[in-house]
Amino acid sequence: MSQKKLLASLKSILPSHCVLSTEEELRPYECDGLSAYRQIPKLVLLPETVDQVQQVMRLCYAEKLPVVARGAGTGLSGGALPLADGVILSLAKFNQILDVDYANRIARVEPGVRNLAISEAVGRLGLYYAPDPSSQIACTIGGNVAENSGGVHCLKYGLTVHNIAQIKVVTAEGELITIGGSGLDAPGYDLLALLTGSEGMLGIIVEVTVKLIPKPDFVQVLLAAFDDIEKAATAVGDIIAQGVIPAGLEMMDNPAIRAAEAFVHAGYPVDAAAILLCELDGGSEEELSEQVDTVSNILYQAQASQVRVAEDAQQRATFWQGRKAAFPAVGRISPDYYCMDGTIPRKQLPAVLKRISELSKEYGLAVANVFHAGDGNLHPLILYDANIPGELERTEQFGGQILEACVGAGGSITGEHGVGVEKIDQMCVQFQPLELEYFHAIKDAFDEHGLLNPGKAVPTLHRCAELGAMHVHKGQLPFPELERF
Amino acid sequence: MEKDLSLELQAQVTAASEQDTPLRIIGGDSKAFYGGELIGEALSVAGHRGIVSYEPSELVVTVRSGTPLKDLERVLAAQGQMLPFEPPHYGDGATIGGTIACGFSGPRRPFAGAARDFVLGCKVLTGKGDIVSFGGQVMKNVAGYDVARLMTGALGTLGVLLEISLKVLPMPEQEVTLSMPLSTTEALDVMCARAVKPLPLTAASYDGEVVCLRLSGAPSALKAAQKKIAGEVLDYGEQYWREVREQEYYFFQSTLPLWRLSLAPATLPLPLQGQWFFDWGGAQRWLASDMMPADIRDAVAAEGGHATLFRNKHYYEGIAYADVFHPLSKPVNKIHQKLKTVFDPKNILNRDRFVIF
Repeated sequence: MSQKKLLASLKSILPSHCVLSTEEELRPYECDGLSAYRQIPKLVLLPETVDQVQQVMRLCYAEKLPVVARGAGTGLSGGALPLADGVILSLAKFNQILDVDYANRIARVEPGVRNLAISEAVGRLGLYYAPDPSSQIACTIGGNVAENSGGVHCLKYGLTVHNIAQIKVVTAEGELITIGGSGLDAPGYDLLALLTGSEGMLGIIVEVTVKLIPKPDFVQVLLAAFDDIEKAATAVGDIIAQGVIPAGLEMMDNPAIRAAEAFVHAGYPVDAAAILLCELDGGSEEELSEQVDTVSNILYQAQASQVRVAEDAQQRATFWQGRKAAFPAVGRISPDYYCMDGTIPRKQLPAVLKRISELSKEYGLAVANVFHAGDGNLHPLILYDANIPGELERTEQFGGQILEACVGAGGSITGEHGVGVEKIDQMCVQFQPLELEYFHAIKDAFDEHGLLNPGKAVPTLHRCAELGAMHVHKGQLPFPELERF
Repeated sequence: MEKDLSLELQAQVTAASEQDTPLRIIGGDSKAFYGGELIGEALSVAGHRGIVSYEPSELVVTVRSGTPLKDLERVLAAQGQMLPFEPPHYGDGATIGGTIACGFSGPRRPFAGAARDFVLGCKVLTGKGDIVSFGGQVMKNVAGYDVARLMTGALGTLGVLLEISLKVLPMPEQEVTLSMPLSTTEALDVMCARAVKPLPLTAASYDGEVVCLRLSGAPSALKAAQKKIAGEVLDYGEQYWREVREQEYYFFQSTLPLWRLSLAPATLPLPLQGQWFFDWGGAQRWLASDMMPADIRDAVAAEGGHATLFRNKHYYEGIAYADVFHPLSKPVNKIHQKLKTVFDPKNILNRDRFVIF
């Protein structure tokens, strides 16, 4: 079908202001939060009803036109990066909270509703939606489901997959299906889990029923400073080993502390090698103060140089402010930064941090570390300058090596940002060819023509084979059974 | 007792696949009552046992599927930890593999999460004879599709579970159960009203006469919670919840078909004849009834839920819509068929045990 004919067909489905086709209109969609990768799409479509989404998908299916779904475009792995020969299907117009069911503790929302808007809408009922990615002001729930987003409170309250009950999905063929149910489970295979975090590769999410949980009555935040990052890492394991599950347990290293302090003046100890922020919550003041005492003792025993307990709600907010502003704070001290997202078993923290600092010297690129220490999710920020020729490439190489170190330590290349285009090569390190084949077969089961976000998240075996030549571990060539080119 | 039988099991599955021989997977044989017909030669996983790794401070345990559930729970308890989804055993020999394959969760489920919520990764032997690993041993991991959770509750129809990595949590310091006699509608109101408040609630049931609410946590937390909610302390709380979890409570002694209804917790009582037991704060309702399966399924579906014929399925022999599992919509069924083909193209694993494709 010619572009002209395609436009005419689309405009018979969608109002003409919902079809974007000129360069000025398409430019804002050229990238998501991973702005190092850019591509102008063929078209951008902004449907307003589920029926329109179905019709668009049927047309794209008939025309074998690739479709990349997009929420707010805040993703950090290039999951919503357009394809030159594909359309962007923006769900931005689906921005209504359809129903809040207080007694059943659920809310039915459209995919374009912002994460934070849900908690704001149900706050007066004493409820909230727990997953809180740092982009929660802007990111949408549809994107959260597609990426299985986390946040600072996942250790205690889980990821997106633990906090949704049902989704409605338009398939590659344009069929509308319901996955999950109004109860706590559904018959058949757990497709809800399979779809969550599938990065737009298996279907288009058009409605999400989220679970809501009661807001805790009492919250406290502790800030502990350490003169050695290893001591801080050990303290994290000690807290968990004592049977305390904090609502949030975050760590920042010295470069991150300095950047954050200069930016928001949270009162962080700028000479500390590392700080831990520990949020505790409970149902009574007494219970909470016992927990605060327990954790303070553990922190001192782990040789914290100081432990501060927030005096009031304002100070709690201030303690968190530095952590929440850590990324933009680092953005102020470096022309560009590259945010990684590996996870490791907690006990490996000291070893992996040491490896990162060695790599930092090797590459001559500084790193600031901010992480969800409680669940072993690292966010090393590599500082670089994209204007220096070759520096982005070196940064990506450095980042790739960090992720490989995470896999080597028994972890994963991504804890919450997704694979997208960014970490696709590291998938070859984490998975065997046979496992990747099963992933491709699962994709085929949902999308036989490979039209939904093709080329993302799961690498082809040939891509891995080509890369294999570059990553030889312990003298063993990965994928020995595949031909080399 | 520790033994890795992965390769032996792989050889058996590969041979069965080549000869188109159906296999029925058996762990401790404690859940043979559940699901569709048992077809094929026995593939015994019980000998494939042992804890592969367990570090309490990581909150993660990796275990071979044939490991008895009670052994695993004992090892965790020695470190003050537990499986947070409080799995039912339904028999002395229950294995962790069978528990995860069935996806069973106990009374704690609505407040802590289901079996699938605590599955971090698994190693699985597919119907093609491939041994593949998905997920991992870390709390957060979004690399690749979430096949580990897809396997949970799939009743072995997508693969034989070999190893499972689970998130574990500290055991609560103390538990107390409060009870109060109420009518059915009052009971549902009370269970839902408690669940929307920040209370250390870990179980809520109603047996037709008495509501029982379990609180778990630090002694100070329980004391504070008891000031907020009414109810008399039940002396035998621990025994009560064990009996409910294991279906040893008197309600479950009925010889009528036992239906498991999964509904939104606040759903009003359904007009179906039979004996009722409400667990999961109203989200899991047990109905002992010989009503026609189609009538039960229609009533539940009208409320957005689903019904499983949990026990005594043979009561309905020859009657329509008496499949164990609730029928799937046509397009969802098609996805199921295709996924089955991906993992077990010759349909040799637990044929006819799960949903009818």
